[in-house]
Amino acid sequence: MDIEIYTNLAYIVAAALFIFGLKMLGSPATARRGNAYSSMAMLIAVVAGLIGSQAVSYEVIIAGIIIGALIGTLSARLVAMTNMPELVALFNGSGGASSLLVGWATLYYFEADVVPTFTAATIVLAILIGGLTFTGSLIAYGKLSERINSAAFVFSGQRILNSALLVAIVVCAYLFCIEPSATSVYLYALLGLALLLGVMAVIPIGGADMPVVISLLNSYSGIAACAAGFAVGNNILIVAGALVGASGMILTNIMCKAMNRSLANVLFSGFGAAKTAKAVEGEVKPISVEDAYYILEAASNVCFVPGYGMAVAQAQHVVKELGKILEANGCEVSYAIHPVAGRMPGHMNVLLAEADVPYEQLVEMDDINPRIGNVDVAIVIGANDVVNPSAREDSDSPIYGMPIINVDQARTVFVLKRSMASGFSGVDNPLFFGENTRMLFGDAKESISGVIGEFG
Amino acid sequence: MDIIFLTFILVLSVFLGFELISKVPATLHTPLMSGANAISGITLAGAFLAAGATTNDMASWLGGAAVAFATINVVGGYLVTDRMLGMFKSKRGK
Repeated sequence: MDIEIYTNLAYIVAAALFIFGLKMLGSPATARRGNAYSSMAMLIAVVAGLIGSQAVSYEVIIAGIIIGALIGTLSARLVAMTNMPELVALFNGSGGASSLLVGWATLYYFEADVVPTFTAATIVLAILIGGLTFTGSLIAYGKLSERINSAAFVFSGQRILNSALLVAIVVCAYLFCIEPSATSVYLYALLGLALLLGVMAVIPIGGADMPVVISLLNSYSGIAACAAGFAVGNNILIVAGALVGASGMILTNIMCKAMNRSLANVLFSGFGAAKTAKAVEGEVKPISVEDAYYILEAASNVCFVPGYGMAVAQAQHVVKELGKILEANGCEVSYAIHPVAGRMPGHMNVLLAEADVPYEQLVEMDDINPRIGNVDVAIVIGANDVVNPSAREDSDSPIYGMPIINVDQARTVFVLKRSMASGFSGVDNPLFFGENTRMLFGDAKESISGVIGEFG
Repeated sequence: MDIIFLTFILVLSVFLGFELISKVPATLHTPLMSGANAISGITLAGAFLAAGATTNDMASWLGGAAVAFATINVVGGYLVTDRMLGMFKSKRGK
């Protein structure tokens, strides 16, 4: 089998390039080239896979590639950066669907032969994880785009139903593996149960926890590819799938830590039901655009703290403009980003990069906190829970223990807010009543444009 | 032997993955995810087997659909990641 040797040699080159590509993602300066290396690796692997498959008919393959390339190109070109979480959710889903289909189709390979038990088991895994990823991602997409209610959906008997679902899956998987075939009734049962499991797994998770869910589904899409790789006995699927799986796991872990919650807590319980925080009382001190200007004009160190609200208000461009004016005024400007700000890991960074903020000015929570006392003005835009001091001080608060950006320790805090509503978690925020806090009420974009106008 | 060999690859890849990805800065986590989306389109290499190499109709339909889904990931994932990474600019670059 000469051709198999060449295919595998090509896979080794591809694996090395994938690894190089990921390594170069370690710095924004080299990341774009890294992505190009990774895409080259993909091209090599795909061409080798196509030749190695010794396909007899190309019609279906070509049709699939044309359709996929068209949809992929359009979605990548047209998506607005604000909607990246939705797109990534959909891509996770299509990765899962593809692994499910590969696993399923592999069964037909054995037509008259007996399917080995190990292969049958990996096919089951590819179908289960792939199916779960597919429908789970569709629900996550629905929640992110608010096509369906983004609140946690909980009903009585949910746990019993889910347990029954898991038992059914184990039983069907076992029965299928005893006598695996493409016409087995248990195969169809497994397909249905896997798709149902994805729905049931994501509906009880609320919109604010979506960064965790898409990271986890990202990981699953990789694990599903791994399982499919075992089913067809293809090593590049295993290598690439494992890299994706590890990546998603790391991100999931970072997100959970940034919310001080365990993964089990995110997945299985609706948020904030258990504890009630102290009611916050005090006087809110509003500030006018003009007064905000006078304070900023005199400031020598300003730090912006963006949250999902900035994306909603599409305020990133005016924020950057104000940052530029402040810099020209001799002020040091930085943008502090909490790991769970926005709806997916790194979402705020992309939005600010889109608005031309140089990446040196994007700082992480752990970098800004030690020097937050030197910040003259911290400007909070559309963030709430990630700057809520109760996380540090009030042990009864549902978000107690969550690491936050300590803006309340800056000399002055501006909070840009539409009204006095509480954040996603529904927790009161004592920051708004702080001695050094000034509230700039109104649409974030208009408020900042107003301040820019004063500088003009 | 085959199973052991494939598992061997899996274990090493997982460790390597953890090492590599933990060095990616938080700033690049969104492009990392969309890049991972693209890489998970590697199932394309497996989908060809199903789509073209059998004469069974059902198998080639399933394989064709798998090819389409995986291509969405590969093409869409790399393009959108490139688009995002192109936005990250250095101060010195300007």
